[in-house]
This record gives sequence, structure tokens and C-alpha cells, in this order.
Amino acid sequence: MIMNLSSLFSGPVQLVALLGGAFRLGWKALLRMVTPPLDLKESLRQLDRIGVGSLNLTNITALFTGMVLAVQSAYTLSKFGARLYIGEIVTLSLVRELGPVLTALMVGGRVGAGITAELGSMTVTEQVDALRSMAADPIRKLVVPRTWATLIMLPLLTVMADAMGILGGMLIAVFQEGLSSSFYFSRVFRTLEMNDLILGLSKPAVFAFIIAIIGCYNGLNARGGADGVGRATTNTVYAASIAILIADFFVTKLMIGLLP
Amino acid sequence: MKDIVISFEEVSRAFGKKRVLDHASFEIAGGEIVAILGASGSGKSVTLKTINGLITPDEGKVEVLGHTVTELSEEELSPMRRRVSYLFQGGALFDSMSVFENIAFPLREHLDLSREELREKVEELLAMVDLEGVGPLSPSELSGGMKKRVAVARALALEPEIILYDEPTTGLDPVTGETIAHLILDLDRRLGVTSVVVTHDIPLVLRVADRVLFLEDGRFDFTGSIEEARSSGPETVRNFFKSGVIHA
Ligand SMILES: Nc1ncnc2c1ncn2[C@@H]1O[C@H](COP(=O)(O)OP(=O)(O)OP(=O)(O)O)[C@@H](O)[C@H]1O
Ligand SMILES: [Mg+2]
Repeated sequence: MIMNLSSLFSGPVQLVALLGGAFRLGWKALLRMVTPPLDLKESLRQLDRIGVGSLNLTNITALFTGMVLAVQSAYTLSKFGARLYIGEIVTLSLVRELGPVLTALMVGGRVGAGITAELGSMTVTEQVDALRSMAADPIRKLVVPRTWATLIMLPLLTVMADAMGILGGMLIAVFQEGLSSSFYFSRVFRTLEMNDLILGLSKPAVFAFIIAIIGCYNGLNARGGADGVGRATTNTVYAASIAILIADFFVTKLMIGLLP
Repeated sequence: MKDIVISFEEVSRAFGKKRVLDHASFEIAGGEIVAILGASGSGKSVTLKTINGLITPDEGKVEVLGHTVTELSEEELSPMRRRVSYLFQGGALFDSMSVFENIAFPLREHLDLSREELREKVEELLAMVDLEGVGPLSPSELSGGMKKRVAVARALALEPEIILYDEPTTGLDPVTGETIAHLILDLDRRLGVTSVVVTHDIPLVLRVADRVLFLEDGRFDFTGSIEEARSSGPETVRNFFKSGVIHA
């Protein structure tokens, strides 16, 4: 019982410490992201790894989420005789909320953990110290390329996921509910507004930054051999997921306040 | 007396409760080859890392080539680090890069060489460690001894004034060990490079060291020539030269 209690509290305490450190790293990375030089070769290498590797995962997730959303909203809406609004519900839920969050959670797990594992093994084998000893800046060499790559890929993956989800919704609308696909799509496009797109794209940008920075931070602070790298990797999945969900709330609140 | 290029003044560093360096002081002059001896876990690697600012001490003052390392930020350390090379205990080659890219890394970072000049320079460095032709390989394809030699080549790339060697011959066969010993001596004689060598390898110490520094209980209380270490050093040091092991 005491064990359970202490581990219950140590989680959040560690999380706060981590977020503090990650925040500082994030700030340093941001300053270097907007000033030259950028290690273009490394950035492209990361772009390839992160983007292509994640595509299937997020697309399948989105397809089934769109289908589930359609099934659920068809069920709920039929109670109010509002079955025709499936397109609107699916689209708005996906673009504003589920597309960005689910994609980020999937990518956060995979990409964030990958970044931590890679940088963690570089840290414990002294490759990061080697960079520093040669007067190279690990933030510029390692953190910035990974952050840019994630920042470019996550919004793209999210747009793809939104499209897949809307497609999934259509499958249900057509085959289960007997609506025509042209009717479904006309509802989809009529309901989407600029605000939805701005919100739907600013979220993945914020989430991407969170994923990359937490991934890098845990990697650069891994200690004690392969074991430590393993622990850091698990921690990234946990911390990135929580940080994404917390950030999601604040970004949504903020944007709804800001946008007309 | 030559200029002092590395000095520790009352340097302390603890990890958790363990005081690894405890008011440690020493000086190393330009062109010297100094061997740092000490038991495993006594803080030899920590000492080397403190020299070029990879580890920041809790107290004390570290000066290297006229730079006060302990007062400089990470960015401000760059000019000093550009002149001081570090050979890591495990080599620390970048495993996402080929051998060629590893050795080219410091050159690309700090010099503006043409593609051709870069290739020539890397080949020349590989030849110095008897590894011609391995440029395209990835570090994972090399044996432990080859990795170490590639790391040596990378450390020599920018023609440093000081080289910090962390166990340069551990895990090498005697012949390759001799290549490294020869290299250390040659760099000293030809270019006046200052070398700080952390090692457990007696033949290497006997072959290259002008002086030994002995680290025990976080301090460098004994320093002297090999002769002095053998005759009048603390018992642990005398035993080291007799038996080849340092007992904590
Ligand atoms: N980054 C670090 N964090 C925590 N403890 C550390 C760190 N670096 C070194 N230590 C501790 O400091 C002590 C000295 O380590 P160091 O690596 O300098 O030993 P060493 O003399 O080089 O030993 P060896 O001959 O085995 O390489 C050890 O107890 C080690 O656990
Ligand atoms: Mg060591």
C-alpha cells in the first residue's frame, strides 16, 4: 500500500521535473531552429524516418476512428431523427479534435520513443560528449533536425488522417446508413470552416514540438547503459501522451477564445 | 620551466554522496606526456572530462590554454575545445555515420576544405593509424581495436595542442598498442603536443610517460617521474609497477 502510494506520487513529481527540463531544452531549440546554420542533411534523414515510418499506423487508426465515429453518431443521431448530420459530426470531431490528438498520440509513442532510444544510446556511449568535445552543439546537431522533421511531418500526417477518417465515415454512411457519397461529401465540405482548419493544424504543430522535445530531452538525459535507455524510452511514451492531452485542452481553449 | 597548459586548483566534484574529486590540484606543462593512474572508479575519466568542461566541478578552478574553463559557458568553451581533443574510453564513434564521415566531422565543423582536400586529409589520418581503406565502412563493422584507432584518427584531425586519452590501449593487442604508443611519442616530439593519458597499461606508461599523476581518494597527492614513482611513490603506486594492478 505504501509502495503503491509512493509510486502514485513519484510519477507526477517526475513528470513536473521532466517538463521543467524539457521546457528549457524547448526554448534553446526554438532559438536555434530559427537561426542558421541548419543541418539540412540530418533534417532530411529524420524527415524520412519519422514520416514514412508513421504513415500506415496513423492512417489505419484514423480510418477506423472515422468508422466508429460514424457508427456511434448514426446511433445517437437516429434518436433525434437527425441521421443526415453524420457527415458534419464526423468531420468536425475529426478535424478539430480526434485527427490531431490520435495522430499525435500514435506518433508520439512511436517517434518520441524512437528519438529517445537513438539519442539515449548516443548519450550513454558518450557520442553526445564527443560532439561537445569537438565544439559542436548537440542541440543544433541532434535536437533541431528532429524537431523540424516532426514539426513538418505531424501536420501532414494529421491531414492524411483527417482524410482517412472522413473516408471511413463515408463507408458507414453509405453502406450502413444508405446515404449517397455525394451527399455525405457535400455535408463534409459545407461544414468545414477556416477556424476548424486553423485549429486542426495548430494542434499538430504544438504536439509535434512537445513530442520531439520530450523525446530529445529524455534521450539526452538517459543514464546508465542500455537499461537506462529502456527506462527513458518508456518514460517518453508516458510523458508525451500526458503532455499532449494537457496541451490539447489549453490549445482548444485558447483558440476558441482567439478565433471569432 | 615551460608554460602551464592545464591546471586544477582545489577542484571538487561529487556525484550524489560520492566525492569523486576532493580539492584536487595539479599542473601540466606544454609538451609534457603525463599518465594519470588510479584504481577503477577513482575518477580518472571524470578528471579528463573536467579538463575540457564536459563535467563542471562543484568548486575550484580549472584553466586550460589560458581559458578559465570553470567560468565559461558551453558556447564560450568552443575556442578551447577546438584546440583540445578527447579520445573517449569506448571510442564514441558516431554510429549513424561511416568511418569517413566520423573523421571528416571535426574537419567539416571547423575548417573550410574542398571535397578533394577533405578526402586527402581523412586518408592521411587513416594511414596514421594503419587503417587505409576502411573509410566507407560503418563503425559497427569494425573490431574493437579498429574502432579505437578510428577514434584516434578523429581526435588528431584538427591538429590539437592537447590530447586527452582515456585508456587508449585497453582492449588492443600489444602490436596495435605499440602503434598507439609510437603515435603519442611522435606527436609529442614532432609537434610538441601535450598528452594526458589515463591508463592501466604499464608498458604504455613506461614507454611514453614523462611523469605520472596518481589519483587516490579524490586527490592527486603523488606526482613524479616513473623512477620516483617506483622508488619513493606511495605503496599503491609501487605495487602498480610491480604487479600491474591498482588495489583501491
Ligand atoms: N555522469 C555521472 N553521473 C553519476 N556518476 C558518475 C558520472 N560520471 C562518473 N560518475 C561516478 O564517478 C566515479 C568515477 O568515475 P570515473 O568514470 O571517472 O572512473 P574511472 O577512474 O575512469 O574508472 P575506470 O578505470 O573504470 O574507467 C564512479 O563512481 C562513477 O560512478
Ligand atoms: Mg574511466
